[in-house]
Amino acid sequence: MSIEIKDLSYVYSPGTPYASTALKSVSITINEGDFLGIIGKTGSGKSTFIQHLNALIKLQSGSIKVYDIDLTQKKPDLKKLRGTVGMVMQYPEYQLFDETVEKDVSYGPKNLGLSEEEIKGRVREAITLVGLSYDEIKDRSPFELSGGQKRRVAIAGVIAMRPRVLILDEPTAGLDPRGKKEILTLIKKLKETSSPTVIIISHDMDAVAENCDKVAFFSGGEILAEGAPRDLFYDDDLLARTEMEAPAIVKLTKALENRGVTLDSHPINKQEFVQAVKRWRDE
Amino acid sequence: MNNIVFGQYYPTGSVVHRMDPRIKLLAVILYIVTVFFIKDYTMYGAILVFVLGVSCVAKIPLKVLLRTVRTIIFLVLITSIINLFFTRGGKLLVKWGVIKIYSEGIHHAVKLTLRLILLMLFPSLLTLTTTPMELTDAMESLMKPLKVIKVPVHAIALIMSIALRMIPILMEETNKIMLAQKARGADFDSGGVLKKAKAMIPVLVPLFVGAFRRADELALAMDARCYSSVAKRTKYKVMHLSVRDLVGGLICLAVFTVVFLNKYLWAFDSMILALFK
Repeated sequence: MSIEIKDLSYVYSPGTPYASTALKSVSITINEGDFLGIIGKTGSGKSTFIQHLNALIKLQSGSIKVYDIDLTQKKPDLKKLRGTVGMVMQYPEYQLFDETVEKDVSYGPKNLGLSEEEIKGRVREAITLVGLSYDEIKDRSPFELSGGQKRRVAIAGVIAMRPRVLILDEPTAGLDPRGKKEILTLIKKLKETSSPTVIIISHDMDAVAENCDKVAFFSGGEILAEGAPRDLFYDDDLLARTEMEAPAIVKLTKALENRGVTLDSHPINKQEFVQAVKRWRDE
Repeated sequence: MNNIVFGQYYPTGSVVHRMDPRIKLLAVILYIVTVFFIKDYTMYGAILVFVLGVSCVAKIPLKVLLRTVRTIIFLVLITSIINLFFTRGGKLLVKWGVIKIYSEGIHHAVKLTLRLILLMLFPSLLTLTTTPMELTDAMESLMKPLKVIKVPVHAIALIMSIALRMIPILMEETNKIMLAQKARGADFDSGGVLKKAKAMIPVLVPLFVGAFRRADELALAMDARCYSSVAKRTKYKVMHLSVRDLVGGLICLAVFTVVFLNKYLWAFDSMILALFK
């Protein structure tokens, strides 16, 4: 168990005419090794939720425990928390600021108070991990890179803090299909090598179905359902209630079913679908 | 889009909120002039009652109104202390080494404090009851006569409204960037002034880069829709005067007239007294 959340509620600007409830008694446990996908329409509380995990938002009610850091305490160890939970915001390339890529990536580790040597090593490792050439890119200005490169550098800036939990808010937003694929491959690689637990917010149902082993459906500040994508994405009622669309593979399977082709399982990615169709053909 | 309204605006939908912003703006300008003509404590009291009355009608909680005074508390303190110690005249009340406090000094300090607070309160009521967009529209409308002498009134108004519209966007952006850098371990709250200023660099650089990018995009979008500042255009919200504007305006005018009469008509006090006899 890496993250445990109980009865988390949050209201924006409470006590003013602008007060609005963002989270209503959310409870969820995230285990080490999970690849959790968070989905829900705009304003369903997803972003507010993940910002809590990094203590970017002050806890109003409920409890959050990240490993041994208890956020209900008066002064939780924020440095430790932010070294444990790495957060890649939406359009992370807009947070780049320093003169060189190397300096920018070392911003996080520096804030953690690591030694010069340690920082250098981590920066080199992080830049290499995100698929860029350290020697080529380290002295360039982050502002002269291409869009995809910028995003990689920004992700490297978080990876260099060696978080055990990596959270990404819409990591594929604004990328072309190839860029999307590359980022998703990168995330999978990061999960295997550096951060065993990954949480992503995404509107890309195909990406969620393909990669995540757990999904949580947010709607109106609550988690309506949580479980394996295979179970939830085949639940028409749930999809309708959260105003989400099924992934292409699910739609395809259902379309086949309507034409009299009933597969023996609920495939959730391309490989499974192909296997299931082959089995059906061989019958 | 709950962030479009920003700053001080405090929506209650009262009569004052619905008044024509032009009248409100004119009233505030007149008010500011009037405050400088206040002669004695009675009139300070009267104006204070007037301001509180308006805020009551506007349904603005006293706490919210007084919060606006907080921003000038330092200015008030410093100026009144200076006045207290350096005004000579009247009776000498306290003499303690080099420090001498005269009765005139106390009067000066109290009046100055009252004046500054009054100067803050009523214009705050304007911003509490009027959206920035309404204000810009009002300014544009009031500046119209300047067109005759070739002042680009519309362009000025456009610049103002774009600037106003950008404030909440930039604030949101600042917020986002601060969160992102906080997630990377940034600490904006501890350390001395220098350290705090330095900690803002990772926020300010992306903010500026973003602001320029946005300005570029906006210019392009406006060009794409053939925007021209000289073309004649209509308004989405047309302002027109109604009875409540007339009544509100007259009330303000009456209050201000009383202050002027009090200052310039030497027999005013006795006239008022005679009225009540």
